[in-house]
Amino acid sequence: MTSPAIPDLLYSDVEDDLRAAVRAVLADRCGHAAVLGRIETAEPYDPALWRVLAAELGLAGLLVPEELGGQGASAREAAVVCEELGGAVAPVPFLGSAVLATTALLGCDTADPATAALLGRLAAGEATAALAVPLSAAPGDGFPATVHADGGGRLTGTVTSVADALAAEVLVVPALGPEGPGLYEVAADQVASERPVSLDLTRPLADLRFDGAAGRLLAGGDAAVAALERALLTGAGLLASEQLGLAQWCLDETVRYLGQRRQFGRVVGSFQALKHRLADLWLDVVSARAAARNAAGVLADRLSDPAEASLAVAVAQAYVSPVAVHAAEEAVQLHGGIGMTWEHPVHLYLKRAKADEIALGTPGRHRRALAVPVGLPPAA
Amino acid sequence: MGSVSAADVRGRVRALLAAWDQKADPAEFLRARFDAGLAWVHFPVGLGGLDAPRALQAVVNAELDAAGAPDNDPRRIGIGLGMAAPTILAYGTDEQKARFLRPLWTGEEVWCQLFSEPGAGSDLAGLGTRAVRDGDDWVVDGQKVWTSSAHTARWAILIARTDLDVPKHRGITYFVCDMTDPGVEVRPLRQITGEAEFNEVFLTGVRIPDAHRLGAVGDGWRVAQATLMNERVAIGGGASVPRESGMIGPVAATWRERPELRTPELHDRLLRLWVDSEVARLTAERVRQQMAAGTPGPEGSGLKLSLARLNQQLSGLEVELLGEQGLRYGDWAMVRPRSVDFYGRDAGYRYLRAKGNSIEGGTSEILRNIVAERVLGLPAEPRNDKDAAWKDLPR
Repeated sequence: MTSPAIPDLLYSDVEDDLRAAVRAVLADRCGHAAVLGRIETAEPYDPALWRVLAAELGLAGLLVPEELGGQGASAREAAVVCEELGGAVAPVPFLGSAVLATTALLGCDTADPATAALLGRLAAGEATAALAVPLSAAPGDGFPATVHADGGGRLTGTVTSVADALAAEVLVVPALGPEGPGLYEVAADQVASERPVSLDLTRPLADLRFDGAAGRLLAGGDAAVAALERALLTGAGLLASEQLGLAQWCLDETVRYLGQRRQFGRVVGSFQALKHRLADLWLDVVSARAAARNAAGVLADRLSDPAEASLAVAVAQAYVSPVAVHAAEEAVQLHGGIGMTWEHPVHLYLKRAKADEIALGTPGRHRRALAVPVGLPPAA
Repeated sequence: MGSVSAADVRGRVRALLAAWDQKADPAEFLRARFDAGLAWVHFPVGLGGLDAPRALQAVVNAELDAAGAPDNDPRRIGIGLGMAAPTILAYGTDEQKARFLRPLWTGEEVWCQLFSEPGAGSDLAGLGTRAVRDGDDWVVDGQKVWTSSAHTARWAILIARTDLDVPKHRGITYFVCDMTDPGVEVRPLRQITGEAEFNEVFLTGVRIPDAHRLGAVGDGWRVAQATLMNERVAIGGGASVPRESGMIGPVAATWRERPELRTPELHDRLLRLWVDSEVARLTAERVRQQMAAGTPGPEGSGLKLSLARLNQQLSGLEVELLGEQGLRYGDWAMVRPRSVDFYGRDAGYRYLRAKGNSIEGGTSEILRNIVAERVLGLPAEPRNDKDAAWKDLPR
């Protein structure tokens, strides 16, 4: 079994500063009352919050090189942002726009002036994009075939359950054209979009119908396939950090609550049955952090080694997804009756965690993806 | 600390290797290594170290391994290295340090630990072995248990009760016990594996000179905490471990070599455990990086919990995977191993021995209490044994 060097799994001073800046904005503008108040309105995303994060803090351009108008940061910094956004269940399209759509575009021809200009606008927070794939799409799934393009770049077909499309002006759409797979840029107002009822209230979905929408070819053939794969792989790797942030909040909040709540004349956090559950959850979160940091570090340092990047992402997703769900389930249970109420924010975390478990590949999907690369093939 | 560089250390290793007589007794080389300060570089000059950062030890070990130099077989003397030595360094007199540390490190004198008792396991502070002052000596009577290496040990670290009239944590004193004293009787304790890795140790009128006391009279609980803390700190000093280290290794090898044993259900369990093993490796690496950066966190205290669970699940899967072969067991003979070797034996042995991983060195239940109280800050269970005199506690 080969063992490539493990990346730096700690947080740098720059990353700590970035975390503090994001956390300060979220504490100020993304309290649970505000999120709960917004989720059932016509505008579940918070555009004002997104403007501050994307443009003022420059988060939308973290993964974009400086020469294209971005911050030239890496997956490490983006992962820290995902942790904080997950910890606040922030209703902003960071994953869809700044990670999935942006990474797909970076895999296209960035020397093309129109593509470079689009990346520049995304990086500056002047526009928001979404990658038109179902949120459940996984790396390695193969190129989708639900949208077709004609020779004139007109797109027809449907894509269901697209994350962050409701907040996007631009869609990056994988479609099968006359020459095979292609990635197309489509203006969102060219597309009929419906909003199904989503399990995750803070990352609502859209069903998209393309009815001859005008598209501009961004990449074709193998380049399109590779750009989509890179986007899904990066998205899945960074999603692990969002899941880590969710799990950490659930642990912290449950510890805090059990340190205050009294029954039988005692603080309930002094009961061993509950302490052991929280100690186990702490251990899960500690382990999840190592897995998520490793995925971010490998994506930052060794995206050029696709086998190693795929392995690190699959390990992180297979491990961290269930930890986030378990953390949210434990938080609901250990909060008792209050955990079942709409007014308490823990349900937002449970819904996000459960949706994230399906997003970008289920844990079982990621385990299966590991089997052959690590030399543990299935039964014949 | 910190004035010694990797280059200095490499220079010292070269000088040591230049003087190495490969035909001589390896112990001679080990003594020379100790005297050159290359035994444990973070120890003080004159006591086997260079007052250097702990991380430089990896440089020394790599250079000496590459040269094929003999080592001190650290697994055989783990209790001396991991527990006795740091405690002697922290609490010993100059005479004690000069007498004990060198032969401890070279392995010429093996150490064991006389802490647990039949009536004091998780509640170690409730121990009942008595030490009574008699002139310049202490006279010790009692029974200790789960003592690895007692049958090969020259010395033991021992905690005993010296005051019955104060609460249990305050009436304990820490000693170095001579295992050749005629009052020391070592009896093998046979385990579920068939072998006898541990011992019972009966202490009857054992005389310990007061000069072999470590720390103040009545301060033994605090000294013992240093011993137990060092057990955990040591984890961070090692090098990164390769993928599939540990118990996943033999299971994965069996899966690769025996395709006829594969089933879909076992496959998913194996992949889950492969992922868990890889994440445990990354978690240990993160703890190591924290130690190397001088920013240790609480994360290290969870490693043993993870490892115990993993070892048990992996060895259980391995026996099951083996099918008919899993019905058999290598050898129930009562042997007396010098160290625990999970990999020299069969899956059934690993399965049974791994059951000890969640008991030895702090049960997983006690470790969860420690995490909940010290890391998460949750309150302790109400207790009635903290302030009462030891002699008044129900037993």
